[in-house]
Amino acid sequence: MNQRIPVTELTSSFRGRATEALADGQLRNNFRVAMDSLMQKRADAFPDEQEREGLRELGNHIKARALSRLPDLLEQLEAKLTENGVHVHWAETTEEANRIVHAIIESKQGSQVVKGKSMVSEEMEMNDYLADRDIECLESDMGEYIVQLDGEKPSHIIMPAIHKNRRQVSQLFHSKLGVEATEDVNELIQIGRRTLRKKFLEADVGVSGVNFAIAETGTLLLVENEGNGRMSTTVPPVHVAVTGIEKVVGNLRDVVPLLSLLTRSALGQPITTYVNMISGPRKADELDGPEEVHLVLLDNGRSGAFADAQLRQTLNCIRCGACMNHCPVYTRVGGHTYGEVYPGPIGKIVTPHMVGLDHVPDHPSASSLCGACGEVCPVKIPIPELLQRLRQENVKSPDEPAVVQGGGAKYSWKERALWRMWMALNTRPTLYKCFLWAATRLGKLTPKNLGPWTENHTAPVPAPRSLHDLAKAHLNAGQNRGEQP
Amino acid sequence: MSARDNILSKLRAGLEGTTPRPDQFDEELVTQPWQYAPEDRIERLRSLMEAVHTEVHTLAAANWPAKVQELLENRRLANLLYAPGTGHGQQLAEFWAEADAEQNLLAYDRPIEEWKEELFWQVDASITGTAGAIAATGSLVLWPDRHEPRLMSLLPPLHIALLKASEIEDNLYTMMEKQNWSAGLPTNLLLVSGPSKTADIEQVLAYGAHGPKELVVLILEDA
Ligand code: SF4
Repeated sequence: MNQRIPVTELTSSFRGRATEALADGQLRNNFRVAMDSLMQKRADAFPDEQEREGLRELGNHIKARALSRLPDLLEQLEAKLTENGVHVHWAETTEEANRIVHAIIESKQGSQVVKGKSMVSEEMEMNDYLADRDIECLESDMGEYIVQLDGEKPSHIIMPAIHKNRRQVSQLFHSKLGVEATEDVNELIQIGRRTLRKKFLEADVGVSGVNFAIAETGTLLLVENEGNGRMSTTVPPVHVAVTGIEKVVGNLRDVVPLLSLLTRSALGQPITTYVNMISGPRKADELDGPEEVHLVLLDNGRSGAFADAQLRQTLNCIRCGACMNHCPVYTRVGGHTYGEVYPGPIGKIVTPHMVGLDHVPDHPSASSLCGACGEVCPVKIPIPELLQRLRQENVKSPDEPAVVQGGGAKYSWKERALWRMWMALNTRPTLYKCFLWAATRLGKLTPKNLGPWTENHTAPVPAPRSLHDLAKAHLNAGQNRGEQP
Repeated sequence: MSARDNILSKLRAGLEGTTPRPDQFDEELVTQPWQYAPEDRIERLRSLMEAVHTEVHTLAAANWPAKVQELLENRRLANLLYAPGTGHGQQLAEFWAEADAEQNLLAYDRPIEEWKEELFWQVDASITGTAGAIAATGSLVLWPDRHEPRLMSLLPPLHIALLKASEIEDNLYTMMEKQNWSAGLPTNLLLVSGPSKTADIEQVLAYGAHGPKELVVLILEDA
């Protein structure tokens, strides 16, 4: 099966999608090549281990400090931005955030939106929401543009079209844009440039994400290489930024280490081509820039994660993507398998808070717990530890209060009863002996099908005699020969 | 209750009984590995910027307008966008008048709405000043204002930037401190480290994704 599988046609469960992805040789190859190169680039970007570890420590400290006074910082950010002339909005749900964005566009009678890369807008499914209301929302990041053109979702948070090769992009442009097919990457990018430039010119509103929101100065910081982010935030008369509430940091200088960690971990670059720091709309005497700037602060489950001191650490994430690049599961199945906005290790720890564990019950277990994600995370999020925690939340009894929404989704009374029995057997010697006697004598009756275990293994059959018996017999035989025990 | 109040009160409840962490920012970590002898700064900047496809020239301060003309001539470009309200803009205009240069000088002196189409499609190159540069990462600091608008460094396919050699700092932290950024930022501050690029198709690097395809930095030695 060498055909691309559109995300919409995939089997609905993680397991099903993983099986299909694993059978797709082209997809596996595209990911393997890309991830190997990203891993190498990151390694080259941090040649000095001591510097890297010091910086990760500082990154963790800055985020933890910001979270320890998050509500105050959000208020400070709001006050500063307002002082700078930026309108600040708050949304608890994605529906609410979409409504806010839509109202802003409507107030300008806008019909065309260009969007810089923003994972939060993916979270909101903003494109669909606006399309339903006759507003065209065009992705302007090349990778995002490519996946949007093909009716797909991004498969990586930094490189959205990483699952495609140039031949696939060439065919896509040829069929959708009517241009001549070419496998020259430069040529393909120039086709994208020409098409999108027209859109930047015409757009009524530009939408962007935010990498860091700085409370001290009321500044929205965005990193990018292409310039589409600058276009979207500068050319249209209105700029709307959408961001999660966890993106705020205290001081301007805090972004110095975070920026370095982000760009080096993500793509191995010392810095991105553009670091765009927006502190307000166009002033009365300025000749360009948007007349209005809005910021939408989105919760969408983040305050739920925040309530638990351990799970709060998921909010440290600076969305660099390094954990997925290094994940043995992600690199084999690719981003679409996860079926959610955030794939890979980071997705497995933040998605449950957004959509509920019951929607993604397989996510916490789709990990080998090899620890690579935690080791590369630039802000030191203990991802494996959080995965284990979510596994526990997953099997909690419905009688216990759920810490994560949808918690207890994998609770099974059968499994619980089995473990109870196992505990009883192992804590009562007589019972244990009886069990052992029966198991060794009746081993042949073990069923051939033991659920997932027998998918890849033969069913274990208890030995005819237990180790205890064998040891006892061995010792007895020795004594009979007059040996010292 | 509003969304704002709900969110803030949930967050506050989560923090009940805790104290904010102290600020232990260790500035050594972001400065110490990124320090250069004054004579090495230009070289560091140059090598990093050249590695991402930027053309860098070092020249005596007085010679830059002639260099700009030469750059345009070599590329056979017809016009150049400049900022007439800046010192370097005036200097350029004077040189142009005297040299009777062929290329048209376009002054960015009107709001974008009045000539959006033209700016988007018909401008070949632009020239702007900078507020310095950062050696550690090979970045220019652009501080757009009413005289030198934001789009000058974004729309034209060729962007020429003037940089005073004496204004190159070691690293971002030092730059922020020296220019006291936290006391007040422009509406849009930019760090620019090369021409626009993307690696979104098969990770193959391609330049000129949306912004300038070419960036030329003229480092002016203030003798
Ligand atoms: S969890 Fe860590 S490594 Fe993964 S995207 Fe977030 S910051 Fe990067």
